[in-house]
Amino acid sequence: MSSHVSSPEITHAPEHASGTGRIWKTFWVLSILTIIELGLGYYLYSQHGGLSHGFTLATKSLIGILTLAKAYYIVSVFMHLGDEIRNFIMTIIVPLCLFIWFIVAFLWDGNSWKNLRNTDAGSREAPKTEKVEHAPEQGAKH
Amino acid sequence: MSATTIPSGTKWWNGGRSPFNISYGKVMMWYFLMSDAFTFGAFLISYGTIRFSVNHWADPNQVFNAFPFAGHANLPLAFVSLMTFILIASSVTMVLAVHEGHKMNRKGVEKYMILTIIGGLAFLGCQAWEWTHMITGEHKVLVNRAIETWGTTVTHNPWGLAVSHETLSKLGLAANEHVTTPGPIAFGGYFFGITGFHGFHVFSGVIINLVMYIKTKLGHFDQRGHYEMIEKAGLYWHFVDLVWVFVFLCFYLV
Repeated sequence: MSSHVSSPEITHAPEHASGTGRIWKTFWVLSILTIIELGLGYYLYSQHGGLSHGFTLATKSLIGILTLAKAYYIVSVFMHLGDEIRNFIMTIIVPLCLFIWFIVAFLWDGNSWKNLRNTDAGSREAPKTEKVEHAPEQGAKH
Repeated sequence: MSATTIPSGTKWWNGGRSPFNISYGKVMMWYFLMSDAFTFGAFLISYGTIRFSVNHWADPNQVFNAFPFAGHANLPLAFVSLMTFILIASSVTMVLAVHEGHKMNRKGVEKYMILTIIGGLAFLGCQAWEWTHMITGEHKVLVNRAIETWGTTVTHNPWGLAVSHETLSKLGLAANEHVTTPGPIAFGGYFFGITGFHGFHVFSGVIINLVMYIKTKLGHFDQRGHYEMIEKAGLYWHFVDLVWVFVFLCFYLV
């Protein structure tokens, strides 16, 4: 294996694995996680909205967590961030923590916006059940 | 497996060496990708905010249920799964190209770069088909007590709630058709905007990979003594795959 140190400031080249086993293992992990996600997504679809709101939300959250796991594998193995030193990993990970606030605050805001609209800014009760008109069965093709 | 040979107690911040132990170019590629992550994140979060603020959003299983040459078959998730696997596969060939680069194996780098480029082009082809299918689709939408035929564009969203038979007959319209109301207008803008921005990243990634392939072929990296440019192009390409993982989640799965 040749050293590929490209600059005098780099004092230690990480020892790269000689085989491709880790890459293929990651490929299978990503594929299986994707298949599980698709399975869950298809399950939600096959129930035609007959599931409770909480259960649907929980399943969707599970799909989100599996997506984060995929992101971890891509960044850590394929992008080799896991092989860099801790100093560097932290300069990437710490700023990304801004996303926690970003996602929570904005989705919360969107939800609050919906509640305000449904209740005329809190001046009346929200409609108890939403009347959803279902599609006629024979018209399912479009 | 990738045990680093860094002695413990190395004083990273004493000067004379990169405190991150990687080259300037790779650090800057990472920071560019981080800023790009915030751009994509802001787009997707904005989409999420609008989606959370309405009572009914387009159902992805209805919108994305077509497959090329499958006619009107109802195949939710199928085509987008194909696109996802194409991108995962091209990510693997990219990381294999980087791996061959570490071994200074020019032929191996060339082979895997070509495969990565083909994967990228295949993905772009899929996206072109999907966009065409959506824009030219014909859906019956109830607008001002009359039925219009809409495709999905940035100004038209035919994916609102279905209109019942009774309502249709009351309006004196044929009651045997699947008719919807217009959906939130933001859907098309977000869908085409975000998948388009991602597709543009894929396109520029293909161009970058093509340039890297040509430079490999010309022996530039052998002359230089290392294949770090392949690693940097690889970082960009994996980032494109990473973004797709989230686009896939936000638009197609949930």
